[in-house]
Formats: sequence, structure tokens, C-alpha cells
Amino acid sequence: MPTETKGSASPLFSSDDAERSCSVTLQFEGETLTVPAGVTVAAALLLQGVAPFRTTPVTSAPRAPYCMMGVCFECLVEVDGKPSRQACLTTVRDGMLIKRQLGASALVIPEEGDENER
Amino acid sequence: MNASTIDLVIVGAGPAGLAAATEARTWGLSVAVLDEQPATGGQIYRGVDTSTAKARSVLGEDYAAGALLTKAFVQSGARHIAGASVWNVSRDLTVNYLLDGVSRVLQARSIILASGAMERPFPVPGWTLPGVMGAGAAQILIKNAGAFPSDPVVLAGCGPLLYLLAVQYLQAGVKLKAVVHTTQRADYLRAMRYLPAALLGWQDLRKGMRMLQQLRRHNVPVYAGAEAISVKGKDRAEALCFTHKGREHCIETSLVLLHQGVVPNTQISLSLRAKHNWSDTQLCWLPETDDYGQIEDTRIYIAGDSRGIVGAKASAEQGRLAAIAIASKLQSPGESGRKARENLVRAELRKHLRIRPFLEAMYRPMAAHRMPADDAVVVCRCEEVTAGQIRKYVEVGCHGPNQTKAFGRCGMGPCQGRLCGLTVTELIAQARDVSPQVVGYYRIRPPIKPVTLGELAG
Repeated sequence: MPTETKGSASPLFSSDDAERSCSVTLQFEGETLTVPAGVTVAAALLLQGVAPFRTTPVTSAPRAPYCMMGVCFECLVEVDGKPSRQACLTTVRDGMLIKRQLGASALVIPEEGDENER
Repeated sequence: MNASTIDLVIVGAGPAGLAAATEARTWGLSVAVLDEQPATGGQIYRGVDTSTAKARSVLGEDYAAGALLTKAFVQSGARHIAGASVWNVSRDLTVNYLLDGVSRVLQARSIILASGAMERPFPVPGWTLPGVMGAGAAQILIKNAGAFPSDPVVLAGCGPLLYLLAVQYLQAGVKLKAVVHTTQRADYLRAMRYLPAALLGWQDLRKGMRMLQQLRRHNVPVYAGAEAISVKGKDRAEALCFTHKGREHCIETSLVLLHQGVVPNTQISLSLRAKHNWSDTQLCWLPETDDYGQIEDTRIYIAGDSRGIVGAKASAEQGRLAAIAIASKLQSPGESGRKARENLVRAELRKHLRIRPFLEAMYRPMAAHRMPADDAVVVCRCEEVTAGQIRKYVEVGCHGPNQTKAFGRCGMGPCQGRLCGLTVTELIAQARDVSPQVVGYYRIRPPIKPVTLGELAG
């Protein structure tokens, strides 16, 4: 597993967002990210160079968004403590807490403030 | 049925759903449209009212035309329920959906399913690696976030969308490292039979020719008739490999965009136990409906790509046709204005369907990229079941997709078989040497979207 937060590569996608005046701030794996408002969590994380989004329950293989339209479920992440959220169907919100989903989704939803527990 | 019963509930706010809603409103029906996205437009016109100026200029006038549909929809007075994940549609005309983490229900007098299409799975070595996405997925990133590849990109596969995205990237100044297409000489020959009909829809054909010219003008390396596509890499995509004119090539890239056409999203019609037939030309399941899209004697209709791939314009006409049929059922059937309107819609529909047989023949995805020969290729991405495992299951007596679940959890992950179903059906059919129709498909059951018990309890 990569130990760095976002992954090591430079972002696969970029957007010249001079014209977008709005942005929101969210947390990914404890790191604060400023991303364009109105985009999906999947788009926001891709623009930040996040890879992978999750690892599989079976072999811990790294995965990232494939379809971007809600059918492949490869972009599953934990949003505000809720596991198995489809990042491509979730619009970014100020203050969102996002974490990678490593292996099987958590059966117990961690208590608030219990950020390191998985 | 009580007072809150809605005349028509539509699932999906793409071209078919929007046009159906607008049409139904002109006949005075009460209409609600449920869609998973925050805004109308479906995937093809996604973000048509919100995308960045650069995205709009790159996506072109065909995309911008979608704003006519969304505008007419807003003015129609139909109710739009955004962010709604439909998890169940019943034959008693109830629709269950999730909104803001709470499960809700609508009672309808009629339903139109307009859940559209998805990109056909592309099961080749390495397709599960981060850095491999659908070309359609990459186009959604333009629409939703004005996002373009940071580095030179490789596009591989076949189909109009592959070329469309390539041209859109060129217009945005994105460098294309290569376009690797799998259309073989036999595909051209097969397609020629359908050329006369396609010529009647010459505007569509001309658009296609112009896209190819643009690739040439920009000196994009195009590998025509490539085979044996695979993606190499350890934890992420590092190169796209293929054979071209008998030689092996590997092109280094961190982003591979794959595409081999789109297929109907039939999850809801399958969960209704509607009869579905295997199409040998579209290589997917098509729900059995009448001419208007009606399933058996239910008041449930299907319109647009979820009934069989027809494209955005024909989808809108199918939506209108279904709405007219429903208005006739719910109101006095013999209204002459409606018949005249129906004839107009049918004429438009015929026009937009002319090119389809040509496209289907020309961009038929290769057998080797639908039924991977390499045993190690992951077929079920969720549960990581490989092509070799599925062939082994058949050897020990597995007859169809449903049994693969018992053998190795194939198709039982969160995507509920959406990304492996067609591959599993075709692999088993190939191994058993029978037609996909005989092998059948997964039994799809509601909830067709994951719902937690907490959400159900409200």
C-alpha cells in the first residue's frame, strides 16, 4: 500500500479553472484539499492526483474510477464515516471527510474523532 | 390509487426521459422524473447547463443542442427529483428510490424506464489498473469538471465515441500519444452492406468522416486494425500494448482510455423479469417490448438506449412515442391530434435510426476483447474472478451465469454484475458452444442499488 496520502504520481487530469470562482475545502486522508465546487468527489480526487481510491477486499489490488457514471463501483470511498460511497455520484461539499476504502468496507462505522481507526 | 398517484413516473433524465416528460406534459399528464445526477441531461448532455466555457466549446454543437431539451423540460412543469437512486420498480407501478439517505416511494399510473446506456466492458489484461478508464468516463470528466488529461494520452478500441473524444481532446489542445483502433478489414466489408441506408442519414456519416480527417490533419499516430490489446503496469497503468500488422507495440502512458461501444443499461427491466433477447448485432440483451416500448401488458414502457442502442436523437423520439402511447391509454384513445403527432415523431425516429445498422457492423467489438483468451484476465472486477476460472466452472458443469455465483462469487460484488454480466454470458456460451440466448443472464433482483437497512428504515 502506498504510504503517501495522495499517491505518488502527478494528476492524470487537470482543469484550467480560472473561470470557476467557487471552490470548496475537504479532507482526504487527513490532508486538506481545495477543489472546484460542483464537481463529483471522484473528479475532485482525480484532479488532485489521488490514485488509488481503494483496494479490493479479495486481493488488496489498487483501484480507481473506471466508468464515472455510477455503474462500476470502483470509486468506492468512505465519506463522513460512511463506507462504500460512490465517489462519482457524490458532489463535493465543504468540510467533507473522505478516506480510502481499504479492503472490505468497515462493518463498524467509526465514532467521530476516531479518525485513525480502521 | 390515491390522489398522490402520478400519471407518469420516468426513471432517467437523459434525452429519452426529458423528451418523454415534456411530451407527456403537453397531453396534460402529471409527470415526475427521477435521476441519480444533480442536474438533468443524462450522461450525453451531462452538465449542459453548468459546464465550463472551455468544455462547451470543445464538446461542440451536438452537445449544446441538449440545452433545448433541458430548457423545454424546465418549462413543461414536470417534477424533477434530482439525486434519486431508484432501487426498485415493481409491476404494481410503485417506484422506490433513495434520496438524501432516506428511502421513498412513488405510486404511478404508468412508468417509462429511460436508464440509458453504459460503456461496454473491455476485459483485457490490465483493465483493472488505476489509470485505465472508459473513453466515456473521460468525457464525463470534461462535462462535470472541465478536466482534461495532463499528459499525452492513448485511446484504444472502437466506436464513434472513441473518435469523438479524440477530436474533442485535439480541440482542447490535449496531445494524443496514439489512437489504437481495432476495426478490421472484415468490419469494413460487413459494414458496406449497410452503407446505402446510412447514406440516407448522410449528416451523421459526414460528421464521422470529418472526425477521421481531423485526426489525420493533427498527425495523430493512428494504429488501424490493431489486435490483442493489453495494459501493462504494476500498481497503475504504465503502457498500452497491442499487435499491429503482425508486430508487437507498447506505448508508454499513465492514462489509457478504452472504449468498444455502449450497451443498454437493462438492470431495471431485468429486475422486472421482462423477457430479454440476445442481439447478435448489438451483442447484448434487449428487453422485449412492443413498438411503443411497452413491456407485455404492463403500463411500463422503455425508451432510449436502455431498450437497445439508438443514440441520443432517436432516444428522444422513442421517449416521445412512449409518452404519446401512455397519454392514449390514460385519456381518450382516439384523439386525432395525437395520431398526427405520433406520425411526425415516427418519421423523425426513422431518420435517426438509418445509420445504426452501419455503425453496428462497422464497430462490432472483437471477440478477443469480449471473451478474453488469457486465463488471467479479471472478468468480475468486484470479486476478482478471472476468465480462466469461469472456463473451469463450465468444465465442472456450470451452465449459466447464476451458477458462477455459487462457484466463486462471480457477479456478487457491489456492481451487481453490471461490469461482468455480458462477458460471463459470452464466455460460458463460447465454452459450451451454444448461443448466449441459451446461457442466459444473471437473475437481477431489487434492490438494484445498494441500500442500507438504516436507509430503508428511514
